[in-house]
Amino acid sequence: MIFGYPLLSVAIWLPIIFGLLVLATGNDRNAPLARIIALVGAVLGLLVTIPLYTGFDRMTSAMQFVEMKEWIRHFNIHYNLGVDGISMLFILLNSFFTVIVVIAGWQVIEKRVAQYMAAFLVMSGLINGVFAALDAMLFYVFWEAMLIPMFLIIGVWGGPNRVYAAVKFFLYTLLGSLLMLVAFLYLYLHSGGSFSILDYHQLPIPMDAQILIFIAFFFAFAVKVPMFPVHTWLPDAHVEAPTGGSVVLAAIMLKVGAYGFIRFSMPIAPDASHELAGFMIALSLIAVVYIGLVALTQADMKKLIAYSSISHMGFVTLGFFIFNAYGMEGALLQMISHGFVAGALFLCIGVMYDRVHSRQIVDYGGVVNTMPVFAAFFMLFAMANSGLPGTSGFVGEFMVIMGAVKVNFWYAFAAASTLVFGAAYTLWMYKRVVFGAVANDHVKHLHDIGAREILVMAVLAISVLVMGLYPLPLSEIMHASVNDLLVHLARSKI
Amino acid sequence: MTYISTLFPAYAEIFMLIMLSVILVLDVVVPGKTRTMTYLLVQVTLLGCSLITVATHEYGVAHLFNNMFVDDLMSDVLKLLTYLSVSMMLVYSRSYLITRGLFSGEFLSLVLLSTLGMMVMISASNFVTLYMGLEILALSLYAMVALQRDSATATESAMKYFILGAMASGFLLYGMSMIYGATGSLDIQTISNVIAHGTPNVSLLVFGLAFLVAGLAFKLGAVPFHMWVPDVYHGAPTAMTMFIGSAPKLAAFAFVMRILVETLQPMMIHWAGMLMVLAVLSMAVGNITAIAQTNMKRMFAYSTIAHMGFMLIGVLSGSIEGYGAAMFYAVVYVLMSLGGFAMIMLLSREGFEADNINDFKGLNQRSPWLAFMMMLLMFSMAGVPPTVGFYAKFSVLNAAVQAGHIPLVIMAVLFSLIGAFYYLRIVKLMYFDAPESHDKIYVQPDSALLISINGLAVLALGILPGALMSVCAVAVQQSLLLH
Repeated sequence: MIFGYPLLSVAIWLPIIFGLLVLATGNDRNAPLARIIALVGAVLGLLVTIPLYTGFDRMTSAMQFVEMKEWIRHFNIHYNLGVDGISMLFILLNSFFTVIVVIAGWQVIEKRVAQYMAAFLVMSGLINGVFAALDAMLFYVFWEAMLIPMFLIIGVWGGPNRVYAAVKFFLYTLLGSLLMLVAFLYLYLHSGGSFSILDYHQLPIPMDAQILIFIAFFFAFAVKVPMFPVHTWLPDAHVEAPTGGSVVLAAIMLKVGAYGFIRFSMPIAPDASHELAGFMIALSLIAVVYIGLVALTQADMKKLIAYSSISHMGFVTLGFFIFNAYGMEGALLQMISHGFVAGALFLCIGVMYDRVHSRQIVDYGGVVNTMPVFAAFFMLFAMANSGLPGTSGFVGEFMVIMGAVKVNFWYAFAAASTLVFGAAYTLWMYKRVVFGAVANDHVKHLHDIGAREILVMAVLAISVLVMGLYPLPLSEIMHASVNDLLVHLARSKI
Repeated sequence: MTYISTLFPAYAEIFMLIMLSVILVLDVVVPGKTRTMTYLLVQVTLLGCSLITVATHEYGVAHLFNNMFVDDLMSDVLKLLTYLSVSMMLVYSRSYLITRGLFSGEFLSLVLLSTLGMMVMISASNFVTLYMGLEILALSLYAMVALQRDSATATESAMKYFILGAMASGFLLYGMSMIYGATGSLDIQTISNVIAHGTPNVSLLVFGLAFLVAGLAFKLGAVPFHMWVPDVYHGAPTAMTMFIGSAPKLAAFAFVMRILVETLQPMMIHWAGMLMVLAVLSMAVGNITAIAQTNMKRMFAYSTIAHMGFMLIGVLSGSIEGYGAAMFYAVVYVLMSLGGFAMIMLLSREGFEADNINDFKGLNQRSPWLAFMMMLLMFSMAGVPPTVGFYAKFSVLNAAVQAGHIPLVIMAVLFSLIGAFYYLRIVKLMYFDAPESHDKIYVQPDSALLISINGLAVLALGILPGALMSVCAVAVQQSLLLH
């Protein structure tokens, strides 16, 4: 309450209220109004989160901006919010991308505009809730609730196979969530009637129970990350989602799963985390190497970036489960960086799709001839995706590889192969799409990106470069929390 | 006069009976096809009953008529919710029934009569009262289903309902007689005392118990005694289906509480196992079979079976926590079920039943608001937060975890995942598909208002479920501890 108003509550509820306002504008006759209200809501949503950064105490790992109210007395459930150096960054990332998505969908979405914008705003608020919740049930409610708008976004505005993708997305995530709910109920019983996540962190739990809890959480979070072998919903969902949906899915939704690992799985069941670290590392490396190879063979650009996302998220889980500061901070930076890069790449594909209505690589070629400005931006993001030093993609991957070397050379060796595969699939796609002679009439009649698109691209490009050249502002925020987490993980809870 | 004043715990029932008789007579003389006057009188009666129930509420438990009748907090809460759901059902179904020529005085009297039956069931404290209430309810329901005389399906389902219902009643009576043989009493408290402190013949008791549970399972529609549910739900006019699927579930919950918990609590090790089998089978058969349905009413029927299975998990947890959770589940289920059936009726027109799932195609384009309400109801039935259906499932599962039934909980969770699929399909049809007809949907203003309240209540109670949860928990707690 440093700023005289409950910052986190505002960050959660302001977008939701604006979402409902947008919904109230009704049918498509009022589409311009809906767009403007949505933009105002998104921008305000971003502005109210800025004090989270400026007012953040970098010295402490304790929760900040805490809000605590009784919610459901019968079960001792509280409306308990707070952020530390890890979750705060994701709230900023999410609020930032909400603005991007609203602008990106400005002209492209023509049918049911109000519902589209409202779904994104409501989802933005709910995702902020996921990151800020310190009560397990509050977390669960936000976690599940955000499925609903995403389900609608994929299903209503998606591509031809959208229904299959939407249902698959929903059921996959619901399965994981329900098992997580059982784990919460067990913890509630075991802790003597508390749903506070911070209580769970301190709760001693026997080894066999820790393993079961870890597995239950694993289902919930691994599906969201997504880790191999429960990743198969992601390419479907991405391919069928509208551009905005893909951006949010890649930039934010995947991070929610990884965040779950460091907020729940690892601190609540640290001994099980150590015990099962080999398993987690194996899955992560399979994701990095195998999924990287899968990405190489894709003919659909969105699918390619989707697989690339899975591969990059493999780095994140690898970084978590090697239990050192390099790995952990590298993984967190990788999460943020991947948010920008993958989000930007999906926007780039969206730009081309809006004009040609195809995502197939073969339908393009020589785009640089007709869209030079766009090609330049696309180039930067493609480079960032392959981990070029100087871009944000490099920092996280490099740190994780450094961390992995300390544990086992071969982990690092396998992980580093992504620098080859990542460059191969991204740049090969880029070459086929952008370079060469103009492939067909569609490409010939392309017009370059306009001011609105340039604005979005430029903001993202600057972010990617700044993060790559000077990541300190981010890492100093997470430093205290990461160190505290590592200390916590080193202690046995049996 | 002093005798009458001692009857105050039963004033609501007495008032209901008087008004029922008045309405029955009055309806003959009042003309008009829409029965406005009778309808309003019925609503006034329900309102009056609510006021009386609130006014005669006292802390503690009051017994009446030689312990045949009990008035406790649980009965008061359940009765109030029963009035509410009956009244909602009447608002929803009025125009539907008028266009089909079924909105007659007989219908309204039967509604009140069955409500009286439910009230008696809820307040029963003796096997005879319990049975009497059950039969008043059941016989009125048979007649209501058969009210549409020219419809072959309605007549057929009334016949099925009657035969299977009669069989279930037979089971119950047989079970009750066995219990009577073992304990020498029909009074709930006496039986419970004899079992706890005396030396009754245990094998006779268990024998009777098995029949009682079978009878209860029939009435609840739990697998393998569920066969009547889909046929009756499907065949009956939607308004009657809505009625069968709403308030009587509250009475059935009271029935389970009175028989299994208040009477046979010491036998819990025996009935908890039976209920577990019923619960798992109901969730399995209900959820899996519902996927294959293309008729909304049949789908809701199987969904009811699954929901009843879920509710039984709360009961079989055997703790006050669990009973409270089961009651909360029943209440929430009634709220959702009313909304779901109401939606079918709202989309129906004269000569057209919107009971095929394809009739919901593209509803978002025809009426975004109704689609939104239906979406809330469907997500609530699937148990997705932030709707109240989630908390119903949550509190039941919590009770089961506390009772140590972890495998059961995991099974319940997996079956609700399967269940989520067919609710999701309705959302998919409404939002992702193009409409099959572009006919304008005309909704009566009172129904429109009520469905909005109903849908938003599912959301509001999902955001702030604490109050209703506590009411259910306290009601059960007081009734059981003060006995």
